[in-house]
Amino acid sequence: MKKLQLPLSEAEREELKAGEPVLLSGIVYTARDAAHKRLFEMLDEGRELPFDLKDAVIYYVGPTPARPGQVIGSAGPTTSSRMDPYVPKMMENGMIGMIGKGRRSEKVKEAVVRHKGFYLVAAGGAGALLSHSIIKREPVAFEDLLSEAVTRITVKDFPCFVGIDCRGDDIYDLKEDDE
Amino acid sequence: MREISVREIEERIAEACGEIAVRYSPDLIKALQKGRTQETGFRSVTAMDILLQNAETAASQNIPICQDTGLVIVWLKIGSEVHFTDGLPSEAVNRGVARGYTECYLRASSVTDPLYERKNTKDNTPAVIYTEIVEGDQVEIEMMAKGFGSENKSALKMLTPADGEKGVKDFVLETIRNAGPNACPPFVVGVGIGGTFDSCAVNAKRALLRPVSESNSDPRYKKLEDDLLTEANQLGIGPLGFHGRTTALKVQVEYAPTHIAGLPVAVNMCCHVCRHARMVI
Ligand code: SF4
Repeated sequence: MKKLQLPLSEAEREELKAGEPVLLSGIVYTARDAAHKRLFEMLDEGRELPFDLKDAVIYYVGPTPARPGQVIGSAGPTTSSRMDPYVPKMMENGMIGMIGKGRRSEKVKEAVVRHKGFYLVAAGGAGALLSHSIIKREPVAFEDLLSEAVTRITVKDFPCFVGIDCRGDDIYDLKEDDE
Repeated sequence: MREISVREIEERIAEACGEIAVRYSPDLIKALQKGRTQETGFRSVTAMDILLQNAETAASQNIPICQDTGLVIVWLKIGSEVHFTDGLPSEAVNRGVARGYTECYLRASSVTDPLYERKNTKDNTPAVIYTEIVEGDQVEIEMMAKGFGSENKSALKMLTPADGEKGVKDFVLETIRNAGPNACPPFVVGVGIGGTFDSCAVNAKRALLRPVSESNSDPRYKKLEDDLLTEANQLGIGPLGFHGRTTALKVQVEYAPTHIAGLPVAVNMCCHVCRHARMVI
């Protein structure tokens, strides 16, 4: 299976093809609904974000708490479409990729194409398995949001599929047997 | 009269929260395995393999199947000859949920006020609780931990009697189509038909408590379930929305008497992580 090491160069991003399975390694930030709301307000007010959005990849996840000795608990993707309204502005400010599950809006697709970014899809409801590919986790911001806090995670061979590529092709629009 | 301490309810609920979070029921595993054999596409096969492998990892390593460990819904059937001691059963349910979610490292996904404050209650309480008084001296507890990726795709429609079976089918299939990849297929679909605006939604949720290996005992409604399953699986959404045959594992219908002017239908979408338990004290 194709291995991807973050950050991806523009050439590597152009090679991604909607529908192909990939194993992702590197640094990713976790953020979902409540964190996006706050990040967006900070962008609106021109305040500095708690992490650098430049080339950032965001994973839409709110994991279960880690047991002692675990890096993270169950950590599968949440529904991405709830974060759709935030994407164009986040990408304008440097975000390059997203990981989640489910369909995105046309505006998100356009932003992905415009910034030559990517949207990866992970298996919804497979959080136990996916947690094994997360090898490090550090707090970044909004700890009061509990599972919704922003954290920096290191993933190693995290299994996912290319959901939307930089041409705007979409895994959910492919036919069953399209390779 | 039989005395039952509500602490027993608390214990059983706390334990069940941890158990259903990490283990699919055997009927669901079987349905997933069967679905796997019906897939042929590269992505749909991979999707089913991932789900089965995840089930194995979750159970053997005690990690929740899914990070959305859900909101808890509890049905208490209380025998009329039961006398509770040590407090109220509803308080015991909530203490059980709080303990189960904290002690088993499950996610606190409940917020206080839905619109303005949205502050996390930190222990996944309160549970939604339904109580019913029945004959006898036992307490039956049924519970479910419902994820919201699928809950958000549920729908209710007040059809009219003239819409009939076709109207019901069209609405159920439209709801499934609309859920698409976002609600984590393959689905278990709960359908409530009849009753009132509120009770048909509760029946749709209750329908999800039935093992997927069992159908409605009324042959007409069993046929409706079978037909809906066949048609749902022709929609082509497939496992994780990657296209394929297994869009739904089962459609479960519950019906209730209704008004001469009405035909309410509720569709409660549930993902493959359809977690529920039944206990008798
Ligand atoms: S819809 Fe179900 S499988 Fe998907 S994230 Fe929610 S609980 Fe998990």
